[in-house]
Amino acid sequence: MTAPTDLTLAEARAALAAKRISARELAEAHLAAIEKLKDLNAFITVTPERALADAAAADARIAKGEARPLDGIPLAIKDLFCTTGIRSTAASRILGNFVPPYESTVSAKLWAAGAVCLGKTNLDEFAMGSSNTTSAFGNVVNPWRRRGDNRDLVPGGSSGGSAAAVAARLCLGATATDTGGSIRQPAAFTGTVGIKPTYGRCSRWGIVAFASSLDQAGPIARTVRDAAILLREMSGHDPKDSTSADVAVPDFEAALGQGVKGLRIGVPKEYRLDGMVPEIEALWQQGIAWLKEAGATIHDISLPHTRYALPTYYIVAPAEASSNLARYDGVRYGLRVEEGGDLDDLYEATRGAGFGAEVRRRILIGTYVLSAGYYDAYYLKAQKVRALIQRDFDEAYKIVDAILTPATPSSAFAIGEKQDDPVTMYLNDVFTVPANLAGLPGISVPAGLDASGLPLGLQVLGRAFDEETVFRVAAAIEAAAGFDALPQLRAA
Amino acid sequence: MTYTLEGRTGAWEIVCGLEIHAQVISKAKLFSGAATAFGAAPNTQVSFVDAAFPGMLPVINRECVAQAIRTGLGLNAEINLWSRFDRKNYFYADLPAGYQISQYQHPIVGKGEIVIDLADGTQRTIGITRLHLEQDAGKSLHDQHPTKSYIDLNRAGVALMEIVSEPDIRSPEEAGAYVAKLRQILRYLGTCDGNMEEGSLRADVNVSVRKPGEMYRTRCEVKNVNSIRFVMQAIEAEARRQIEVWESGGEVQQETRLFDPNRGVTRPMRSKEHAHDYRYFPDPDLLPLELDPDWVAELKAHLPELPDAKAARFQRDYGLSAYDARVLVAEQATADYYESVAKGRDPKQAANWVMGDLFAALNRTGRGIADSPVSAASLGRLLDLIADDTISGRIAKQVFEEMVDTGADPAAIVEAKGLRQVKDAGAIDAAVAQVLAANADKVAEYKAGKDKLFGFFVGQVMKAMAGKGNPALVNEALKKALG
Amino acid sequence: MSLDAETVRRIAALARIRVKDEEVTRLQGELNHILAWIEQLSEVETEGVEPLPGAMRMKLKMREDVVTDGDLHDAILANAPDRADNAMGSFFAVPKVVE
Repeated sequence: MTAPTDLTLAEARAALAAKRISARELAEAHLAAIEKLKDLNAFITVTPERALADAAAADARIAKGEARPLDGIPLAIKDLFCTTGIRSTAASRILGNFVPPYESTVSAKLWAAGAVCLGKTNLDEFAMGSSNTTSAFGNVVNPWRRRGDNRDLVPGGSSGGSAAAVAARLCLGATATDTGGSIRQPAAFTGTVGIKPTYGRCSRWGIVAFASSLDQAGPIARTVRDAAILLREMSGHDPKDSTSADVAVPDFEAALGQGVKGLRIGVPKEYRLDGMVPEIEALWQQGIAWLKEAGATIHDISLPHTRYALPTYYIVAPAEASSNLARYDGVRYGLRVEEGGDLDDLYEATRGAGFGAEVRRRILIGTYVLSAGYYDAYYLKAQKVRALIQRDFDEAYKIVDAILTPATPSSAFAIGEKQDDPVTMYLNDVFTVPANLAGLPGISVPAGLDASGLPLGLQVLGRAFDEETVFRVAAAIEAAAGFDALPQLRAA
Repeated sequence: MTYTLEGRTGAWEIVCGLEIHAQVISKAKLFSGAATAFGAAPNTQVSFVDAAFPGMLPVINRECVAQAIRTGLGLNAEINLWSRFDRKNYFYADLPAGYQISQYQHPIVGKGEIVIDLADGTQRTIGITRLHLEQDAGKSLHDQHPTKSYIDLNRAGVALMEIVSEPDIRSPEEAGAYVAKLRQILRYLGTCDGNMEEGSLRADVNVSVRKPGEMYRTRCEVKNVNSIRFVMQAIEAEARRQIEVWESGGEVQQETRLFDPNRGVTRPMRSKEHAHDYRYFPDPDLLPLELDPDWVAELKAHLPELPDAKAARFQRDYGLSAYDARVLVAEQATADYYESVAKGRDPKQAANWVMGDLFAALNRTGRGIADSPVSAASLGRLLDLIADDTISGRIAKQVFEEMVDTGADPAAIVEAKGLRQVKDAGAIDAAVAQVLAANADKVAEYKAGKDKLFGFFVGQVMKAMAGKGNPALVNEALKKALG
Repeated sequence: MSLDAETVRRIAALARIRVKDEEVTRLQGELNHILAWIEQLSEVETEGVEPLPGAMRMKLKMREDVVTDGDLHDAILANAPDRADNAMGSFFAVPKVVE
């Protein structure tokens, strides 16, 4: 029999339903895997007692024939989601030992669906990063290694802990969030599937905010089907979030079987970067060929403002973050650093000590671009370019149903590489950021390996609230790619 | 006549605009479901949203929006069908999120106006620049501990309307009249209780001075003035200070000041002046506020009659003087009281009773019109007793005092005390005969031409009848008896 | 546009983040590098373009005026670094603020 940790979520669901395995066995196997691979540093907090209690409850429901959609499925939660009674850190010192007295809407939905809580995964501090090296709890190690090279690689970020945990088979799926690529980029770096749904699809209530107009929750899983199963349970209108969309949640899993025959796939010429790794270009061409073979039609399209998406993002996101993070002031919760002096001294000492270098840098940039005299040149300009980026997509979707691009400009890099220059680090998100600015759904699917044996992903973008088409295309790529490579570091 | 202050170098004019923060009447806060009631124990009406916990999000309260629209309509202002919430970023102990959700660029209400009533009977129109919705902050208590301030977040997130006037105000009196009129309108609309002591209505006063005919000079803002009297005093004190600065060769610096009512002066705020840079930007947790025009029309259709319209109607329909009408409409409850007394009766007599005896009784008993010891219905019944000659006006005053003391019905008092007016000719004639017999000397003087004594006889007869004689019949009987 | 050291200090003070003197030069370099890169936006023609603060194309929903929340005294104060209790009740405490 396959090891419990090698099951996909869909397989585990079937095994639970058939009573071939118990929720308890699943939970124990994953807890053991977490313990075995704790050097990956994928988790900030592991909750074994909670996991076993959840599993016992799930087993009881299954026995009574009252199983819920995710009953007994062990999941990990990015530590950006607030969880009742479980320390929630956003991977920052500033939250100290903050224990939320409330549960984020998305995680609450998962527990209501019967999922089992394994713990909270590591991330870049306040989700600001593309390498998971800005966490106050240490970097996460990618379960993959380059062939013949033992150096630790980054798992991508900011949802590096979730991606690493899924890739290393420490959980059957994990929640993540994506502000500029934080689901799709680590998924691509770890050979997993990650979808950022349409802005408004998942409630943001109870998720520590980074950049409110861009943040969106989504799942990371091992297969497209698993991602579809999880996204359905995570989605839905939440009256507590004014930006949550009051639209019906389709059965994403049901869309998978529909194939791509007749779908019009756009290939944007602006995503062909100067000096892009040839393997990425080759993979992209391969993806085009697969979709053509599966019956889709391929169309060259233009998204002319693509190259301005990153600089736009690096105005909008820090601006919103500078304001969103003002609440961490040492007064009501979290870290307080008091060295005598007045309230402003307390604020400055607390925030100076509580935020890491990258978060401080972004708060300063954000404060600057909103400050008197610079607002028009930076923030307002960025909003206008954002409008143009959205318009580019509106135009494109008049002629195509989905867009195919590479997910990242490179495979995973070593810890310490690209660290010297923030701008080089920011370029990791060059393919993922436009979808955040336009609020559109995007998925990263593992599609092949580069010369050093590291996974590479393709990205599929869709129309707003048309994740079904995104899933259909992703499923076709997954089927064609037959990606079955395994990371060197994994359970079982 | 323009109001001026006399300095060493001649006359100075005051230029003043007011920013009024009016707490919206609603059950829940602007962006959370926590209660707004005044006086609760500290930090018991605070949601995680109000305390800015991680991941908390605002959801706007429909009633607060409706209240802002009603107020805008009441100020004859433009209602902006598209408005937006911005974040105003600054750090302060009682501002949990580090920003206040407010409306900066696109307020819900645009230009409007208020007609103010001055003591000399004249009126002036003061322009309203805008009205916007925003969150209140919490409260810092500085007197509870020697080295600490204590923070109570009950008020954090309560809806405020900031109502900004044009710099049209030219004297302390006008400023006082402006606040009084605005307060009156808000109370009529039911959008703010206007309670300045509890802080439901707070004024920030912008003051500058200038020589007549000049352009504007530098202004200062005097923050958080919490009574109409202090508004007037603060303006005068600040204007005098500025005149002194200019006249001694200095220059007024734009700054934020506080009014010290005990010393009658303004002083600069002591808090560290980080150059204000609020870094406003659209709140990404909210979408633009788009109003359905039908909803605005519906709110307009249900607006109450406002004080100016009501006063005009009182003058027109009830023949009241402008002064009386204005007094009676000062409070909605007074106007309602008056109208139910006046309905179907002599409106001027009703006005005299309400403004005279009733107001005196309320003053004396320390009660308001809402819990008046005499209801409008029973005052009306008292007037009916005068109208149908059951009692005289004089006896009515006596009955009224009894009503104030006991709350009893006027007719019952009249019956119980036997105060019904005597109209029986026999009884009157008997009393007349008795009085004339007892005062034969006076009768002789009267007959000799001392006409003035007639009043004396009336008095004596009424006294003999314990005040209950019908005055007209008594007069008539006396005239007849005295030949 | 390029930041001088004084601006770095002013921005840090606005954001209430303590920056040591020796950090200012490094931060100034980093921020200017990022800003120079952002500068490329000025090439984009945006005349007449309506700014887009968010991608959501829906109408703002409103909540009814009902008290549904807030009686959370203990939970609100549970994480407080400095909580003060007296006869009036419980508060968050901070170093004394002078107005």
